[in-house]
Amino acid sequence: MERDTHFILGVYDDEDVLLHAVEKVRGSGVKIHEVYSPYPVHGLEHVLGYKRSKLPIAAFLFGMLGTSLALTMQFYMMKFDWPMIIGGKDYAAFPDFIPVSFEMTVLLAAFGMVGVFLITSNLKPWAQPRIFDLRSTDDKHILAIDLANNSSLELEKIKKILTDSGATEVNKKSFD
Amino acid sequence: MQVTSSVRQPLVTGGKTYHDVTHDVSRQVEGKPTKLWFMAFLTAVGVLALGSTALLATLWEGIGMWGLNKTVGWAWDITNFVWWVGIGHAGTLISAVLLLFRQKWRTSINRAAEAMTIFAVICAAMFPVIHMGRPWLGAYWALPLPNTYGSLWVNFNSPLLWDVFAISTYFSVSLVFWYIGLIPDFATIRDRATGLRKIIYGALSFGWDGAAKTWMRYESVSLILAGLATPLVLSVHTIVSFDFATSVIPGWHTTIFPPYFVAGAIFSGFAMVLTLMIITRKVFKLEDYITLGHIELMNIVIIITGSIVGIAYITEFFIAWYSGVEAEQYAFINRATGPYWWAYWSMMTCNVISPQLFWFKKIRTSIVATFILSLVVNIGMWFERFVIIVTSLHRDYLPSSWAMFYPTWADVGVYLFTFGLFFTLFFLFAKFFPVINMAEVKSVLKSSSEKAHK
Repeated sequence: MERDTHFILGVYDDEDVLLHAVEKVRGSGVKIHEVYSPYPVHGLEHVLGYKRSKLPIAAFLFGMLGTSLALTMQFYMMKFDWPMIIGGKDYAAFPDFIPVSFEMTVLLAAFGMVGVFLITSNLKPWAQPRIFDLRSTDDKHILAIDLANNSSLELEKIKKILTDSGATEVNKKSFD
Repeated sequence: MQVTSSVRQPLVTGGKTYHDVTHDVSRQVEGKPTKLWFMAFLTAVGVLALGSTALLATLWEGIGMWGLNKTVGWAWDITNFVWWVGIGHAGTLISAVLLLFRQKWRTSINRAAEAMTIFAVICAAMFPVIHMGRPWLGAYWALPLPNTYGSLWVNFNSPLLWDVFAISTYFSVSLVFWYIGLIPDFATIRDRATGLRKIIYGALSFGWDGAAKTWMRYESVSLILAGLATPLVLSVHTIVSFDFATSVIPGWHTTIFPPYFVAGAIFSGFAMVLTLMIITRKVFKLEDYITLGHIELMNIVIIITGSIVGIAYITEFFIAWYSGVEAEQYAFINRATGPYWWAYWSMMTCNVISPQLFWFKKIRTSIVATFILSLVVNIGMWFERFVIIVTSLHRDYLPSSWAMFYPTWADVGVYLFTFGLFFTLFFLFAKFFPVINMAEVKSVLKSSSEKAHK
């Protein structure tokens, strides 16, 4: 996949100005590449039109896997593979299996979900992110517009839309 | 859109801007270590080295180095284990339970409290591992690996095995939760740095770029991890209490143990968070982030959980009498008036009486008083576990085997070792990691700071 290289960036100071700006920019027909923020801005995913994350489903499925593995393991070991009478209890003393089953459910749900999150978001120690503006992890919100995706619009018009929406700076950024 | 409450105190004082937050927290990571930090760190390493002689002696000679005898087969080791696990619980409570309850004040303290959780659980896990005597074979006794040392598989009916699963799950899930929260802050440090630091923090930050889509997923992950960690933290101390409650020893065999242990864990954990935070805010000049308001709220949690613990002590006593079981009645009378009366009354004073002082606003908003009382609570909670464990064992069923427990230098040394380990790890964390969750503080700054408004 060829990555696009020329971007227009709108720099915003305030999260509320940013939320309205995203609505305005999208409303005037400009396609937004992505918004980069130093902290989670509530409601940003709605105005950008992102679909809800499916990570809860992943967590649930991994959790179910954990429960089934734990129960299968305990019944197999205690009842079928090497049955022993312990404290006069039934071989398959089901109530005793609940704590381990619960812990395994939590363990697999948490690790499975975080694993999916890291993979889908491309987070890994050797990842080389494209940083549009170093201040986007400090105090500025950066709205990035990919010029290749907006070839029907004129550059000056995009710049004007950004300035009108409350951007404190409008910059160009190109990657090699 | 923005709402400022005229009733509520701001969470962050001093009119901080977003950039101030970044600067105040990253400054600690970027600057040269101060003399004070070096002194504290070297003291911790010294204690670690001193304690490791006891640890090595125990590993070399076996647990005969400890003061255990035939009657009192569990003493300081399990006391220290339960004490450290309990301390760990506050971190998860702050980061997970308070997140679910939307308590925004947690944002300034959750990072350090979670770090404390992880280090405390490492210290706790040391004790059962050393107590195995031959820890290098420990995997066969603790994990379901088929072996011929005893039964083929581990015994899933045993609460000690449940503990293995509970503690290891708790440790790994807490570690993941903590690390996910650290990623955006590592990215902040990366973007301010050059050279080697940029490479190291770049790798630690996993290539985080703060994209809105990633933040959306991040929020979703945090919420679900909090939802998973909440029942997890309750289950961990419940299962720890099962180590005692599922036995048939008078004094241990009580159904009240799970909730009573969980309350005690939160109680001692918040005390330890206060001890650490009062020092951290002072040393790193973070008084605007960890305010008197935070300290007061934590003290209120201490009054509540301390009172629950007090009621549990009295209920235990009442039920021992009401049950009509003589052995049970004797176990409790012996606790209060037997040879370990001093331990029992230390526990009662430190845990039941001293936190009630926080009803006075003057005391709960005084930093000196809070610091002293937080130490008192931690001492009291250590005595609680000692009282439950040793006084229930030392009067055996046969008077001929009645005994006392006397700790040896190795008992003291191994306990010291875990202190050294805990503080060494905590000081390393405080220097090289952002001690305050910058991203989360920024997200609550707007509703709480005057300057960020403009």
